[in-house]
Amino acid sequence: MIRVMLPAHLRTVACVGDEVNIDVDGAVTQNSVLDALEEAYPMLRGTVRDHATNARRPFIRFFACGEDVSHELPDSPLPDAVANGQEPFMIIGAIAGGAQAQPGFFRADLRAIGD
Amino acid sequence: MTNVRLLVGTHKGAFVLTSDEKRVDWNVSGPHFAGWEIYHLKGSPADPNRLYASQSSGWFGQMIQRSDDGGKTWNAVGNEFAYDGVPGTHQWYDGTQHPWEFKRVWHLEPSLTDPDTVYAGVEDAALFRSTDGGMTWRELSGLRCHDTGPQWQPGAGGMCLHTIIADPTNPDRIFIAISAAGAFRTDDGGFTFKPINHGLHSEYIPNPTADVGHCVHKIAMHRSRPNALFMQKHWDVMRTDDAGESWYEVSGNLPTDFGFAIDVHAHEPETVYVVPITSDSYHYPPDGKLRVYRSRTGGNEWEPLTKGLPQSDCYVNVLRDAMGVDDVESCGVYFGTTGGQVYASPDSGDTWTPIVRDLPSVFSVEVQTLP
Repeated sequence: MIRVMLPAHLRTVACVGDEVNIDVDGAVTQNSVLDALEEAYPMLRGTVRDHATNARRPFIRFFACGEDVSHELPDSPLPDAVANGQEPFMIIGAIAGGAQAQPGFFRADLRAIGD
Repeated sequence: MTNVRLLVGTHKGAFVLTSDEKRVDWNVSGPHFAGWEIYHLKGSPADPNRLYASQSSGWFGQMIQRSDDGGKTWNAVGNEFAYDGVPGTHQWYDGTQHPWEFKRVWHLEPSLTDPDTVYAGVEDAALFRSTDGGMTWRELSGLRCHDTGPQWQPGAGGMCLHTIIADPTNPDRIFIAISAAGAFRTDDGGFTFKPINHGLHSEYIPNPTADVGHCVHKIAMHRSRPNALFMQKHWDVMRTDDAGESWYEVSGNLPTDFGFAIDVHAHEPETVYVVPITSDSYHYPPDGKLRVYRSRTGGNEWEPLTKGLPQSDCYVNVLRDAMGVDDVESCGVYFGTTGGQVYASPDSGDTWTPIVRDLPSVFSVEVQTLP
């Protein structure tokens, strides 16, 4: 059993609490955990990673055992403590409030939904 | 007893405002999808309890929500908006070519006849259709793949398809508008589109009378006169009487012809409403006075409507999808502001009252008249 911790907005979307427990067949990796998560909660498809490419969304980070594993290869094994359920796999929304991180992508709404 | 339901999309959630036909006392429900940007939500004309909502976030991307009970409960439906084939490029702010990239859904337009069919206008500009209640989406790529696509460019808010109007007399005809590409029309159910921008004049683009490149902000139609369309362009209020084949200006005596929202009276096809905004540099009303302007002559002659609206120190904006009308005999008119107010007029604009004053910034207001 793998423990996955979701950011607050995705807990609301999936109608779950802080953590969800999922079963993963085979190697425990970012991809296998997210595959199982999306299988169990299909409404989360597209919210953590891109539908077509499975690439992590730009403002999402992954943490495991206190380490940022966002840039690890998605098919690399996650730490044993995550694989055996001692530690959660954490999906985190990057703290970027107020930043114009990507013009035209982020906070474009505040530019008046218009011109 | 007739009831009126307003569907309000805001920067931080959706709100549902309901009243009886007196439209004096209102019930406020929400926020739904708290914390998310709700660019637009709209009900099906064929089944008023079927609602669709566009929910988005810079972190978590796009979601589509559907309600089958008038907004009491919602379910997430399909959110995969994949461009058909390999998307090409469009013009970027600096004039270079830039790849088409999906960002969000700006506008949802349910079919006039089928609750399970709904159109989505997205950024970067494209038109999608679902025929299964929003579960799956397919692009009508005849629009994006138009020969002029590489000339389209984003407005300051992005390259968005924000207007979708179905012709109630011709199921194959749909009007759409894109900022900043212009207006387009299909006469074959969405397979092909053609630009309908003849008569538009935009001094801020290299060729002011080009086929495409015009920053159309919103188009409105009265259902009894589908060939007559009214347009709020970046600058200029325009009109066509031949389904977009040719446009002419009807700004007339408006204090400024810049603005975003435009709509038509429910029972008087020559009565039109706009909210003049000072300019593209100042996204607030002239002189700090929030005034709706009404023309009862199909344009050119406009009267300010001020009773109940702030006439000093008001510096809010009214965005393109943030105005609507009801079908009650006296025709209610509604609009929301970036300051979080939603104003209602139960008498065609003569008098106004705020329903709510302190919502998050209002992106959109849609109106349902319920039997």
